[in-house]
Amino acid sequence: MNVPQTVVELKSITKYFGEFCANDGIDFTLQKGEVHAILGENGAGKSTLMNILYGLLQPIDGEIYIYGKRVNVLSPRVAIQQGIGMVHQHFMLVKLFTVTENIILGSEITKFGVLKYGQAEQEIEALSRKYGLLVDPTSRIKDISIGIQQRVELLKVLYRGAKILILDEPTAVLTPQEIVELMKAIRGLVESGNSVILITHKLREIMEVANRCTVIRQGKLIDTVDVSSVSEQDLASMMVGHEVVFAPIPRKISKGKERLTIKNIFANDRKGFPMLRGIDLQLHGGEILALAGVEGNGQREFIEVLAGVRPFAKGKIYLEQQEIVNPNPQKMFEFGFGNIPEDRQKEGLVLEFNIAENIVLHSSKSFSKKFFLNQEKMHSVAMKLIKEFSIKPEDSYCKCKHMSGGNQQKVVISRELFAKPKVLIVAHPTRGLDVGATDYVHHCLCDQRDQGVAVLLVSFDLDEIFRLADRVAVIYEGHIIGIRDTEKTTRSEIGLLLAGQKHD
Amino acid sequence: MAILQDIAFILGTMLMYASPLIYTALGGVISENSGVINIGLEGMMTIGAFFAAMVGYFTGNPWLGFLAGGLAGGALAVLHAVACVIFDADNVISGIAIIFIGPGLSLFLSRLFFDGATQTKALDLSKKIPRPFNGVFEQNSPLDLVFNQYAVVYIAIFLVFLISFLLYKTRIGLRLRAVGEQPNAALTMGIRVRMVRFLAVVISGVLAGFGGATLSIAIVSLFWGSLISGQGFIALAAMIFGKWRPIPTMFACFLFGIAQGIVVYVGARVQGTISDLLSMLPYVLTLIVLTSLMEKGLAPEALGKPLRERL
Amino acid sequence: MINRQKSITENPSVLAIFSVVLGLGFGLSALLLSGYNPLLAIKVMGYNTFGKLRFFLWILIQAVPIIFTGISVAFAYRTGLFNIGAEGQFIIGALVAALVGYYVRLPMIIHPIVVLLCSIIAASIWGGIAGWLKAQFGVHEVISTIMLNWIALYLNNFILNFPQLRRPESEATHKVLFSARIDLFSRLKEEGDWYTFQTNHPQLADVFRAPITIGILLAVLTAIIIWILIEKTNFGYKLKMVGFNKDAALYQGVSVTRSYVSAMLISGALAGIGGACHVLGVTHEVAKLAAMEGNGFDGIAVALIANAHPIGTIFSGILFSALAWGGKSIQRDLGAPTEVVNIVIGIIIFFIAAPGIFKTITQMRYQRKMRRKQ
Repeated sequence: MNVPQTVVELKSITKYFGEFCANDGIDFTLQKGEVHAILGENGAGKSTLMNILYGLLQPIDGEIYIYGKRVNVLSPRVAIQQGIGMVHQHFMLVKLFTVTENIILGSEITKFGVLKYGQAEQEIEALSRKYGLLVDPTSRIKDISIGIQQRVELLKVLYRGAKILILDEPTAVLTPQEIVELMKAIRGLVESGNSVILITHKLREIMEVANRCTVIRQGKLIDTVDVSSVSEQDLASMMVGHEVVFAPIPRKISKGKERLTIKNIFANDRKGFPMLRGIDLQLHGGEILALAGVEGNGQREFIEVLAGVRPFAKGKIYLEQQEIVNPNPQKMFEFGFGNIPEDRQKEGLVLEFNIAENIVLHSSKSFSKKFFLNQEKMHSVAMKLIKEFSIKPEDSYCKCKHMSGGNQQKVVISRELFAKPKVLIVAHPTRGLDVGATDYVHHCLCDQRDQGVAVLLVSFDLDEIFRLADRVAVIYEGHIIGIRDTEKTTRSEIGLLLAGQKHD
Repeated sequence: MAILQDIAFILGTMLMYASPLIYTALGGVISENSGVINIGLEGMMTIGAFFAAMVGYFTGNPWLGFLAGGLAGGALAVLHAVACVIFDADNVISGIAIIFIGPGLSLFLSRLFFDGATQTKALDLSKKIPRPFNGVFEQNSPLDLVFNQYAVVYIAIFLVFLISFLLYKTRIGLRLRAVGEQPNAALTMGIRVRMVRFLAVVISGVLAGFGGATLSIAIVSLFWGSLISGQGFIALAAMIFGKWRPIPTMFACFLFGIAQGIVVYVGARVQGTISDLLSMLPYVLTLIVLTSLMEKGLAPEALGKPLRERL
Repeated sequence: MINRQKSITENPSVLAIFSVVLGLGFGLSALLLSGYNPLLAIKVMGYNTFGKLRFFLWILIQAVPIIFTGISVAFAYRTGLFNIGAEGQFIIGALVAALVGYYVRLPMIIHPIVVLLCSIIAASIWGGIAGWLKAQFGVHEVISTIMLNWIALYLNNFILNFPQLRRPESEATHKVLFSARIDLFSRLKEEGDWYTFQTNHPQLADVFRAPITIGILLAVLTAIIIWILIEKTNFGYKLKMVGFNKDAALYQGVSVTRSYVSAMLISGALAGIGGACHVLGVTHEVAKLAAMEGNGFDGIAVALIANAHPIGTIFSGILFSALAWGGKSIQRDLGAPTEVVNIVIGIIIFFIAAPGIFKTITQMRYQRKMRRKQ
């Protein structure tokens, strides 16, 4: 007879950041042995709520009860003492340290302050065997893969005897296989008597592994439901607040001629390590080709080559049969390449510049006569694009640092599209965007395809790839391991390719 | 055996001139390994040099002076710590403020305590930092030239090894380095990042103060306005050359100490033109040394970056 | 209420004024603690800065070098570089000016122009070295420029060792020829009958006792030109791009390394003009230096207080000069240490470095208000 025991209770948690309300009186409970998902869009307040539970943030109002007792979680130390452990979305690992050093950090075993490495290593090895999370305690974080890094994060939490585990978007950068393994690990943890809170926006995973789901929208609690009694559609609607249909977007033209030919590209990364080992790819006008791959297999370097930022040692690039020799960003731009980079704030925009100044980032020369910038022309073009792409605020003098992620991305997109590119390279365009903005971007890309542009979409998100792309190429260890038509393939087939297993 | 004599002289001078650099560079190592850039070391050295000379003069006890120098440097560092760690100031600009305040305050107080003079009164030779091996070796023998050093020189070298041990073998050191590499990792494990950084900066000030004190009450016997002229920055260069690790940094300081030793050696024999040219040596050497370190990514990863606390 | 207080941290002029006021407050407290009467100090400083036109003219004249070095530092800052080397670039500019001003014979008007050009070239090369070291080897410009400062100082002394270049019986160069000078009535004062002039026009003489130079006009002109360069030209736009976000600049094909070198060349040139103006207008010679004179370092303070805005450096340069002048007067009249001014400057920079202090105070007030609401 299992009486559900409430392990964690959050009552009426409220948190403001300045004038922005991140959490507005949210109630939440966690039962022993359950997997409880927290669902919400980017910026809804999920991470904030859990950061409060973990003691990284302090609420303005509300109470926290752990095993029925009222606790003031003033710091992560308190949370850890209470048996709560959190694995953040962006890994909190020191790249230069070893696995052992990362795991013991903050809870080191010492003798008069001197670290006892040997003992720590042994304990970690035992722990990793117990939970099936195998790691090499002496390896350094910078040398191990993302999947293993996540195991280290989990071990960090388990090393401190946590019984309540909070996982923030754990599957964001995993391959389908790794996701399966993670789900298995979560079930195993629950069977061992732990309770798990899973923050995610991936509906499929919630349906698969969660018992209950709490939906948060714009800082407010919408509802807490039994997962077995709802559908993905229900959850999506609750998350966004209205009917959501992620329908495929119909194509209007058929695939055109081959436009971009990439032959046998070899290139090194910034440390001299050979990341691209013979890339062959053809991109046609009027199609969206997705490039899928686990982070670290060469996508970044490939994009940098196509942007003209990274030189390549061997191989050739042809645009419509014409070879591009020694590409640099300016040349690529003139050849008709558009580039929407992965990190819009770092590579795509200058946040201190206003919209108009960001619009002319490539092409400031054409907006200047003699030495002087033609401010009038800059701002009139900017206003035109602001109207066309519904950028808010509608002020070409507004500095980009004051704009939302979605609007910033619109500035980047409008700038690239304004140049009427022949080839559009797009990297993770919807990262960090909410559902509305994501949909907008998807429609933009399909529009471009329908106008005959050749689009290369680099993304981790298989849902996004299957919605938009005609073909998907998988990059593995620096070369293209397989190309499939999205209509004729399945997620698991792509998953196998991502892991390096091809069977033609 | 004149050559041996000359080498011994240079080695001995090297140790002597390197020691203020070693203290200060160690300060830099600690501060920057915790993630805080500290270019104000020059100012902290200056105030340390002043307080050491002043307290040493008025109390007649060089060790009180030495301690006072360290405390003064630490106190000035509190300002830098408050600005950078509590208020997320730009580390470089705050350091520039310290470069103004340190010497300014030193000269201000000097005028107050020494009848309007911009230098302190000289310490009696017997009241300076003692030399523990004085008289042990035959005077001016090679061994005497190398090992008859002020006590503070030996303390400096001892500190190098102590700090190296602390940084890499103890809990404190692990946490300090974590804070400088990935402060968020430390934060989520319950380490108080700001506290660690604050203490690191203050300690770096204390060490720089010791460095200044070494100059004013060991190497010479008083403080004046241009006593500290760039040593704080040379110490930073030594830290970079030493890749932010204590023992290689010490060797870098030796290198700069040799340069200084050569300047003194030649300067005692040749006047005028050559001496001016040679005075450039430590600074030119610094530049050459820095150009040889093409590898970036050796500095602690979070160095100088503000803490992002919304995870 | 919140919006108004938030603007303290966002609005650089307000921040500057607050910092200056706080800095002065600290300085006066330091005087008070040392047994001097702060009110008296204010009175003395006030009289000595605004009391007579002559004093104010001296303040303007002494502001000229630090306005130039201030513009130099400000310009480099826009590209994301800290040019601590304005001091050394100034020294080089001054040295070249002293030599070209004496050994090259040219007619009036042309002479100073040629001198300026030579100083610009020499000083810009000096700055360019640091830029090149950063571009080519990744050497951080803070350290490289500081090293170059010392090298410049010793280079100056080294060159002045040669008796051919020195005035007999002196540690200084020959006085610059009159054709090169840019101060008014220079010949009259030195070789002519100043005494007669003084008797005939006492008020004018009183005013013109100070070496009024066209330096201040040049400084203002330079500030305006540099401002236009930064804000209105494509070149300035690219430099700002590199200064704000060098990753994005790389992605757009802007050569970050070339920007660093260009910025340091120009920055060095600006400091060099300052040195040249100082020599041609005020000192008319260059001497062996026992220590740094501080024009470059003061320029850093000037640039920071002006938030790296070229036009702002004019005002902060004058403010700084007034403070320094006032500092000397309180030493002379009150016996208080003139270094209190250095402390004041340091505290001002401290508050400018940490605008977060104001933000934190307003945040604490806000959170207390929010809690009271509930």
